Amino acid sequence: MEWGAIWLTIRLATATTVILGIAGIPLAYWLAMTRWRGRFFLETLVALPLVLPPTVLGYYLLVLLGPRGFVGGISETIFGTRLPFSFAGILIGSILFNLPFAIRPFVAAFRAMDRRLVEASWCLGETRIATFFRVTLPICWPGILAGLVLTFAHSVGEFGVVLMIGGNRPQVTRTLSISIYDQVQEMRMEAAGQTALVLLMFSFLVLSLTQWIGRREVGV
Amino acid sequence: MNSDLSAHFEKDFQRGPTIAVDFAQSTQGFSVTALIGPSGCGKTTMLRSLAGLTHPDRGEITFRDQIWFDCEQRINLSPQQRDIGFLFQDYALFPHLSVRENLGYGLRKHSAAERQRRVSEILTLFDLQRLERRFPAELSGGQQQRVALGRVLARRPQLLLLDEPLSALDPLLREQLRIELRQMLAQFQTPVIFVTHDRIEAISLADRVAVMDQGRIQQVGTVNEVFTRPKNATLARLVGIETVVPGEILQTDRGLVTVCVGQTRLLAVAPSTPTRLVHVCIKGEDVALSKGGDRAISIRNQLPATILSLTPEGPLVRVALECGFEITALVTRPASDELQLQCGDTVTAMLKTPAIHLIPRSV
Repeated sequence: MEWGAIWLTIRLATATTVILGIAGIPLAYWLAMTRWRGRFFLETLVALPLVLPPTVLGYYLLVLLGPRGFVGGISETIFGTRLPFSFAGILIGSILFNLPFAIRPFVAAFRAMDRRLVEASWCLGETRIATFFRVTLPICWPGILAGLVLTFAHSVGEFGVVLMIGGNRPQVTRTLSISIYDQVQEMRMEAAGQTALVLLMFSFLVLSLTQWIGRREVGV
Repeated sequence: MNSDLSAHFEKDFQRGPTIAVDFAQSTQGFSVTALIGPSGCGKTTMLRSLAGLTHPDRGEITFRDQIWFDCEQRINLSPQQRDIGFLFQDYALFPHLSVRENLGYGLRKHSAAERQRRVSEILTLFDLQRLERRFPAELSGGQQQRVALGRVLARRPQLLLLDEPLSALDPLLREQLRIELRQMLAQFQTPVIFVTHDRIEAISLADRVAVMDQGRIQQVGTVNEVFTRPKNATLARLVGIETVVPGEILQTDRGLVTVCVGQTRLLAVAPSTPTRLVHVCIKGEDVALSKGGDRAISIRNQLPATILSLTPEGPLVRVALECGFEITALVTRPASDELQLQCGDTVTAMLKTPAIHLIPRSV
């Protein structure tokens, strides 16, 4: 068992989920509530990773994050860190690639909520922020949780983008799915089988969990 | 101190007419104003603009000494700053909170003791003690309405706005609650404005009625004025009942009641709720006129009357009569010609007993 790869994968998936949770919830709320006409453009941008080949996203990220790229240049002058082939690099890739898996369930949950509940709260004197925490979040949490679980599961399994930006550096960028690829390349089918089984069981568990959350939501 | 609510504003819509509101009302003590009109006439927009949930495009709204909205000065108080109570059509109770938590929701800024006190007071007033641990999904429509109203009133708002407060209830319950609702509201000395498309609701709940049509307030007055003396034919059709006068039930006998309107006595069918004070509602098409001759006839109410005015309306003639109170009859033009009706003539106005509709009223 490649414990290094497992640990790295868990770190990557957790960081992706936490960051998308913190940044994604306000963005999704805004997308769900705004009447701004340009929101379609943003929604398309968020959904793009669903259809975009991971290698294409990986290629553009590599260009952007590289020492001569816009983001890469800034990162090297300010923090002195090189993004490609580093944990920070694959984290950025993972976040972007998982955007739709987090944002879309969030937006759906916010849109499904009766807007009058929010207005009722305002008319009862409650501020917008407090309304969000006292009404919106408690009512929408099943959708938000589903989004977070999906994001975590999906970032555990991500392969293409991570390989493009991170390469294959043990302990640094070699996640579980990349190590399966490695093991197969090296003809270590038994090891690959073990890793694959771990991922299969994990995915099954996560999907059952989301189904269960979904059913509970309908039940209430 | 200025004690008025005054609203003069306009709101444009891409589809449908511009809503132009011109409305003023004294807000001292308890009063109920009904905003009545067909659906799509702009009454909900007006209510939401008063609440601060919708932004008008032009104009101003002031309440007592406060400017709520002023387009030119770029003032627009949020709903939180206006200190109003807004009852939504389907009540908008928070589904994840119990009855008790819903009632206390707007009291976060008060001390725990004060919050406790006010919630208990509402639980008692609205007869909700046994339900305080339940969740909205476990309540009947009438109970939900009481919780929603209690949640709003617990904050003691300076103005109460109700959007179709009875329309989410089934018809039987609606009839019962019409009376109850006014009594519940009267316990709080808060001015009330409510929206409805139901004439009976307006008559039984309101002191004052504002009729809205085509995005404008067409007439404002007491229930009596608006329903009995609509300003024009369009409004007459809109309010639909030509005569609404206050009356008092003198006696009840086997399902029939004798109602006294001024000096005149009428026989009518008893209302479903026992009551003494009523609004007597008579539609113009239910009033027949005769001149001389007393044939045997089943009609119980035969009132000697004087014709005040005759207004032709297409194939019909609208006849205003004085018979101790003012009543309107709608007769056909040939009938009017045959009887040679003229102003000042003495006729007999005949009213079938079942055509007199009694709506309970409170003082």
